[in-house]
Amino acid sequence: MRIVVSGIGTVSAIGLNVLETLHAFAGKKSGLKPLSLFESEHKGKLPVGEVKADNRMLAEMLDIHPGKTISRTALLGMLAAQEAYNDAFLPYRKNEGLRIGFISGTSVGGMDLSEHFYADYLQSPTKGRLRQVVSHDCGDSTEKIAFSLGISDYVSTVSTACSSGANAIIAGARLIKHNFLDCVIVGGTDALCRFTLNGFASLKIVDEQPCRPFDESRQGLNPGEGAGYIVLEKDTNRYPQSYGYILAGANICEAFHQTASSPEGEGALLAMQTALQNADLQAGQIDYINLHGTGTPNNDLAEGNAVRKLFGATPPSLSSTKAYTGHTLGACGGIEAVFSLLAIKYGLVLPNLNFTNPIAEHGLIPETEYREHRKIKTVMSNSFGFGGNMSSLIFSAV
Amino acid sequence: MKETVYITGASSINPLSLQEPDYKLYITDPAARRRMSRAVKMGVTAALQCLSGAGEMPGAIITATGLGCLSDTEKFLRNLIENKEELLNPTPFIQSTFNTVGSQIAMLTKNRAYNNTYVHRGISFENALLDGMMMLAGGEAENVLVGSYEELTATSFDIQSRLGFFRKGGKSGEGAQFFLLSAKEKSPCILRDLAFAFRPAPDELPEKTAAFLLKNKLLKTDIDMLISGDGGNEEEFTCYDKIEKNFPETPVVKYKHLTGDYQTVSSFALWLGVQIMGKADSPKRILIYNHFRNINHTFILLENSLHHTI
Repeated sequence: MRIVVSGIGTVSAIGLNVLETLHAFAGKKSGLKPLSLFESEHKGKLPVGEVKADNRMLAEMLDIHPGKTISRTALLGMLAAQEAYNDAFLPYRKNEGLRIGFISGTSVGGMDLSEHFYADYLQSPTKGRLRQVVSHDCGDSTEKIAFSLGISDYVSTVSTACSSGANAIIAGARLIKHNFLDCVIVGGTDALCRFTLNGFASLKIVDEQPCRPFDESRQGLNPGEGAGYIVLEKDTNRYPQSYGYILAGANICEAFHQTASSPEGEGALLAMQTALQNADLQAGQIDYINLHGTGTPNNDLAEGNAVRKLFGATPPSLSSTKAYTGHTLGACGGIEAVFSLLAIKYGLVLPNLNFTNPIAEHGLIPETEYREHRKIKTVMSNSFGFGGNMSSLIFSAV
Repeated sequence: MKETVYITGASSINPLSLQEPDYKLYITDPAARRRMSRAVKMGVTAALQCLSGAGEMPGAIITATGLGCLSDTEKFLRNLIENKEELLNPTPFIQSTFNTVGSQIAMLTKNRAYNNTYVHRGISFENALLDGMMMLAGGEAENVLVGSYEELTATSFDIQSRLGFFRKGGKSGEGAQFFLLSAKEKSPCILRDLAFAFRPAPDELPEKTAAFLLKNKLLKTDIDMLISGDGGNEEEFTCYDKIEKNFPETPVVKYKHLTGDYQTVSSFALWLGVQIMGKADSPKRILIYNHFRNINHTFILLENSLHHTI
């Protein structure tokens, strides 16, 4: 049995849905802008990948009462998950008796609200609005999204930092393979908040200019936000359309350092190698790699070295889309799975913005021009996170 | 699931221990130990204790937690607010991610295998177990390490109190439990199956139980012991009462008066079940039932391998 992708949905700095996202790619329009979403020392200065809608607008789009306290992580997740759910025509397929699950990856959960609670709570333990803290845990946004889709057969949340979304996809594929579910909506969601923004700033891996993934002069990442989900189902289901198959996923832990990759890229290499092995493919069969490519000196060196080792002198077409969206943290595995499937479906070459000079150590040159109608059959998508949690997914055309 | 899953190792750090373990015996690097919060030390040590008797490296490390590394999260937030976002110490931020325990276990044991962290409220631990069981069933690993950690902080206690969780007899708690599951090595305790129910009406529970048992070709009378999550919280009593009344002849074991309640407390119930299965006159089958705040309900079925019938 094969597992097919029958629906996709995404929201990020470059679009509130798949169509807007496609237009941004075609126009090479980055979504990076100085921070405006919340009060912070970095406001107006640091370029970030904000979704171009505040919570009130998101609630309106979702038909949620504007007075309701709901985490931005949940709002973004609902928007993308509903798009994917509708795209697979699931609202019209109730009579098929499918066991449907929902697995979401997130790294911040409801932190965008609990950081407000905590500021008041620090004044006095009796202060702070409780409705701003009850959604702190990662499961809250997942349950709200699942509820909005009417899913109750199986609901779960994965949190492995910046590979959360990719690991949610791997977990979902396993549940279908073992016949625990017939269909599962998988991916990730994360909202920008002061906590993570300052966390990355404190690590000194944030670029004060728009990020330059895989460029020799890169200085760091730009934090972003968004959500991306895909619908996985058995290919024996009566799904109306398909974007491709998920051939394999690999989840490994580099066991090297809590926040850094080994410069040789041992973990990245192991993740990509394992994914190829699980998909029963040779390196030469990959047509495009959607790199993790955050723009930090460490990631792009390590990931590039691993690509060189695995693919040799003639690597496949590759690019990082982080200069469009920023680094969407726990959501990026889901969002970039959507990008990878769009590349397959429409034969798109997604450009790597802000690239000028290759990194001396590996000399990889990513795609810089947008193209359509290319033959892209098999795509690899990488997501690497803190703690050495590194994952690689492989999708292929039907 | 086709493959028989044995629980070949189990460890627990829980409120019953008079004192916490001597962490330096397990986490020997003093610098690493200093950076770790209590949650991380508890989780990592429970995992290392569980692995101490194991011959082979696990082929997967799967961790569960409801609230993650709370004290580091609070520490970074406090630093951020008090220092107005300037000159922040990144260490608590680094250690605040939910996968810190899972990745520290990997780092300390130099294990590059599959590594995942489940963070879904009252079913985080069962999600992790299910993932581990499937990896064994699919031949993706021969043995897997599955466990959970939860820490109680002054803030989380305050919040639970303000939310009214203690008003009707609820108790807060914390602890870490880890298990080694194997498809290759045998042990007295078989992890036979597990099931989930999301927001069922109390009246649906007997039916859900029967369906779970039927799936495993069992009747109610085949269950020799029930481990119930009832911990004396009146607001959560109805569902436990429904299940207990459904097994009128079966001895019931309770534990939350000892551990308190927390998102991943069912891992303590499983640890208890493994201990009971290791005794000479153990029951044939144990059913573990738990729910978290009446929303996420779970069933875990254990079987003694001496009576294995599949």
